[in-house]
Amino acid sequence: MMLGDTIFDVYWFQTVIKVLVVALLIPTTALILGIVFLFKVMSWMQSRLGPQEAGPKGLLQLLADGAKFLQKEDLTPMSADVRVFRMAPIVVLMSTFLLFVIIPASPNLVVENLPNGVFFAFAVSSLSVIGVLMAGWASANKYALLGGIRAAGQLIAYELPMVLAVVGVVIQAGTLSMNGIVVAQAGFHIGPIPVPYIVTQFPMFLVFLAATQAELTQAPFDMPVAESELVAGYQVEYSGFRFLFFFMAEFATAFAFAAIAATLFLGGYYVPGLDINSGIYWVLGPIVLFTKIMLVSFLIFWFRFTYPRFREDQLQRFAWKWLIPISLVWISVTALFKVWVA
Amino acid sequence: MTNAPTYLPEYIMFGLIASSMVVAAVRVVTTKNVVHAALWLVLVLGGVAGLFILLASEFTAITQVLVYIGAIVVLFLFGIMLTRAPLGKSADLDNNVAQRIVGALVGLSLLGVMVYGLVNRWSDQKIELVGSSTRQLGQTTEQISDSIFSTYLVPFEVVSVLLLAALIGAIVLARRD
Repeated sequence: MMLGDTIFDVYWFQTVIKVLVVALLIPTTALILGIVFLFKVMSWMQSRLGPQEAGPKGLLQLLADGAKFLQKEDLTPMSADVRVFRMAPIVVLMSTFLLFVIIPASPNLVVENLPNGVFFAFAVSSLSVIGVLMAGWASANKYALLGGIRAAGQLIAYELPMVLAVVGVVIQAGTLSMNGIVVAQAGFHIGPIPVPYIVTQFPMFLVFLAATQAELTQAPFDMPVAESELVAGYQVEYSGFRFLFFFMAEFATAFAFAAIAATLFLGGYYVPGLDINSGIYWVLGPIVLFTKIMLVSFLIFWFRFTYPRFREDQLQRFAWKWLIPISLVWISVTALFKVWVA
Repeated sequence: MTNAPTYLPEYIMFGLIASSMVVAAVRVVTTKNVVHAALWLVLVLGGVAGLFILLASEFTAITQVLVYIGAIVVLFLFGIMLTRAPLGKSADLDNNVAQRIVGALVGLSLLGVMVYGLVNRWSDQKIELVGSSTRQLGQTTEQISDSIFSTYLVPFEVVSVLLLAALIGAIVLARRD
């Protein structure tokens, strides 16, 4: 360590801080989305009151639920494969954890500004499938196994449209780095008006949202956890804090994917008209990004609360016959424009 | 304070990753449960990704995770669970002693050949990871895509057509009519 260095310049110290920040972000974001959308918006959309008792307007209900889960007994089925059973929620949560690494909240406020950020996000999000399959298999329960297999089939099918949906943005921005995409978007104009990529990539935005919904196994794509058929799918044998892990992973992943969508299509932390190198983004960036994330999350949860469940064949047909062709066509259009303009 | 770089952290990480990969690889073939074997394989393949990161090839490392762990092992697990996914030990997963000895011999001779080949060819060369000439081995995504779509364009297209043929062949075989 050199004389001028502070402890904040030491690599290991920085890493510890970053890990702690992400470890705090996951439960916080899960809590925010859970309270705002799962409890408040859902009951508002379904014309009912929702939780009212815990805290002002029932806002602390999820916190109380979380505390309740922590006190519950950590049950393991007798015929389960104990080690794999216990590891599965951790694998799922780890995949969520890694997703948060590449999300930039301002030009410098990012855990790691990877040059292959978008690509990294898809690689780590595909890890959660392994956790889901582990949970489904190790529970020694036919409903869990069915749910795990359904989840795997769905996640594999919808990873493709998700990656393809992002290719359009990547072609237009000319970079895979999340920060680079925000910067490229800040410099993008149609005529004199600065516009985010959602204007040119609108079909891709819809494809990305649909694929996100499926990756999160939320209604209308909730075949893997369909409560009327499979009780709770691969989560059926989990209780206590292990179930809490799955719950947190689901909502924190929703937040992370909404953040990726907000960054790729809505300009991330950037505000039109404000210089991207301005120091004010240290403060403004996270607020702007959070607002955009909440907008995207609202769309995601709106579909979740209002659409009925797809059948397995409808689910696969929707991916292969609609989402993938649409994104392939739009990739060609984007590539043609890119060459034509350049 | 820029002396010649020492690679001590890299050496330590390499030792950790490599030794856990060896343990996991041995467990892949010795475990008595086919799902456990697939899960140990995840550790081995993840270790490969870690080694790529140590060599400053992030793109290859991410591809390793996406393709091998996120797709191929998932397909293994999916296939195992769709057909037969026994919990606990399966006795029929093991070979008899003679086959085990032959297997061990083949593995050891393969190891010998590879160690000999690597030491013989590259033992006097050093991989520079720090400094201006870093991108000798760890290539950026741009360099990789440039070389795929210029130097190696024809092989790339041939591989694509081959994969497409395999895909169509699989569909033809699976169709009942």
